[in-house]
Amino acid sequence: MQMSQNSGAIPTRMKPQKSMNQSERKIEHPFLKSLKRHWQLYLLVLPPVLYLFIFKYMPMAGVQIAFKNYSVVQGIWGSPWVGLKHFETFFNSPNFWLLLKNTIGISLYTLIAGFPIPILLALALNELRTGYFKKTVQMVTYAPHFISTVVMVSIIILMLSPHVGVVDRLFTFLGMTMTNFMGIPEYFKSIYVWSGVWQGMGYSSIIYIAALAGMDPSLYEAARMDGASRLKKIWHIDIPSLIPVTVILLILNLGSIMGVGFEKIYLMQNPLNTSASEVISTYVYKVGLIGANFSFSSAVGLFNSIINLILLILVNAVSRKVSKNSLW
Amino acid sequence: MFNRNRIKDPLGDRIFMGINYLFLVLVLIVVAYPLLYIVSSSFSSSRAVTSGQIWLLPVDFNIKAYISIFKSTQLMMGFYNTIIYTVVGTAINVILTVMLAYPLSRRSFYGRGAIIIFMMITMFFDGGLIPTYLLMKDLHLLDTRWAMWLPGALAVFQVIVARTFFQSSIPDELREAAEVDGCRDIRYLVSVVLPLSKPILAVMTLMYAVGHWNAYFDALIYLRSENLFPLQYVLRNLLILNAADPAMLANTSQQLRDQGFEQVLKYALIVVASIPILIMYPFVQRHFVKGVMVGSLKG
Repeated sequence: MQMSQNSGAIPTRMKPQKSMNQSERKIEHPFLKSLKRHWQLYLLVLPPVLYLFIFKYMPMAGVQIAFKNYSVVQGIWGSPWVGLKHFETFFNSPNFWLLLKNTIGISLYTLIAGFPIPILLALALNELRTGYFKKTVQMVTYAPHFISTVVMVSIIILMLSPHVGVVDRLFTFLGMTMTNFMGIPEYFKSIYVWSGVWQGMGYSSIIYIAALAGMDPSLYEAARMDGASRLKKIWHIDIPSLIPVTVILLILNLGSIMGVGFEKIYLMQNPLNTSASEVISTYVYKVGLIGANFSFSSAVGLFNSIINLILLILVNAVSRKVSKNSLW
Repeated sequence: MFNRNRIKDPLGDRIFMGINYLFLVLVLIVVAYPLLYIVSSSFSSSRAVTSGQIWLLPVDFNIKAYISIFKSTQLMMGFYNTIIYTVVGTAINVILTVMLAYPLSRRSFYGRGAIIIFMMITMFFDGGLIPTYLLMKDLHLLDTRWAMWLPGALAVFQVIVARTFFQSSIPDELREAAEVDGCRDIRYLVSVVLPLSKPILAVMTLMYAVGHWNAYFDALIYLRSENLFPLQYVLRNLLILNAADPAMLANTSQQLRDQGFEQVLKYALIVVASIPILIMYPFVQRHFVKGVMVGSLKG
């Protein structure tokens, strides 16, 4: 702003005729002024803004079909309103509690198991001096993050398949009986969560490692002078320094508790384990796209997003009160 | 390490470090073993795989499975499509991201706050699966290559990361100097800002590219024609739905056409599908770390 005022002042003094035009309007609107000087910036921003409008905001307007009886002929805007009918159908359906239980269960399990492990890994790595071993651990643990969901799920299936899978052979070797892990609903959550931990712990630890690396070294020196043990240093310096970033990530994670990923669960599903593996997102896909029940599944999806948003706002508010860390 | 004349760590610390090393070695084994096991299985004979002889290294080393893979036209088509989706899709991603991120990094850009809010809203609200699908249908984009490029053409997170980088790493004096020389905004962006932003552009490109390479969700929802399917979608059919391409099994002798060979094939498929990214990965690991860190500066 200061820049543009300064450089705008010079031509005014040099070319008095042109400034007449401006003084008529006294102060030009800052937008027009900015547009004149930086029209190229507006040109740049136009396509992405249009993109967001079409591909993000138009579907938001399309959410109205959750309150309508969508028909292909009448389209989104022309279909008749039915109020909360689809929501009532969903709440009263026998699937409702099962879907809710599975969705929240899988998310909470993921959070409880998956959240602390990257922190532990970061703390452990932080104790090592940079060297061959540390680099190897980091490189190897980051790698699975880049494996695609399809490949990851097929690895899980191959490893756990009865007779030939290595896990099953290991169990048999240890004297346990052979099992078809993927076919037993009780195992589904654990398989989903722990394979996720395997895949993500290294990559998730990066952010904590970065936070630890940014610590003031004089704190460690002072601690060493005072004769603090390594454990004490972790407890009194490392862990407190991780709290802000941990809280932010925790808010984001809690805020998406209902948003359990579609891709991996859908691929891991089989007819034997659906009682434990059907979650809201897979249900929306099956009823909506495969069953072509657009309005009903939009209502289910909307219910999911609203709960998510409420959770995010709640958790954020609590965190702002308790720890003074918040997203906004 | 030991011959250096330094004060020994206290006993407690040495025990702690011992446990720490033990923990990390354990983590290393747990992560690395399945990866090694997959690679070894893919080079083993089907008999060795079915009878469970493989524990760490390949048994009866051979590359038959890999030869079969390259006979599958379905799979080669998948590779071809994925390469197109990745190259074009990443180009669209990076261009759109820079176009939005750069103006937002300029303090004198009037309307900046409004656009940021406009953009951030899409992070917390979205139409959901069905309305997005209906939009794609109305735009006649179903079953076209555009369906793989447009729905995820812009990641708000990447815009924020790039904006933070432009704001914090490109000195304002440069622009003032360029402006005095009569350089307009777009030219300044292209010939001054972008060359200075190579690290962040590299990270962004890689993150988007990995996303395209691994994507299968959009294909599942929007694509119907077999000649458009990306690699991951083909892999899903082969690996998870167990619909093996007959071309892969055609030239193998009858005794190999058992469940065992299909198992070996699967291991080989996993390796082939993941190798492009895993080869690239050690070179770019440093950049990825940097990218995550820039993102965490202002989340």
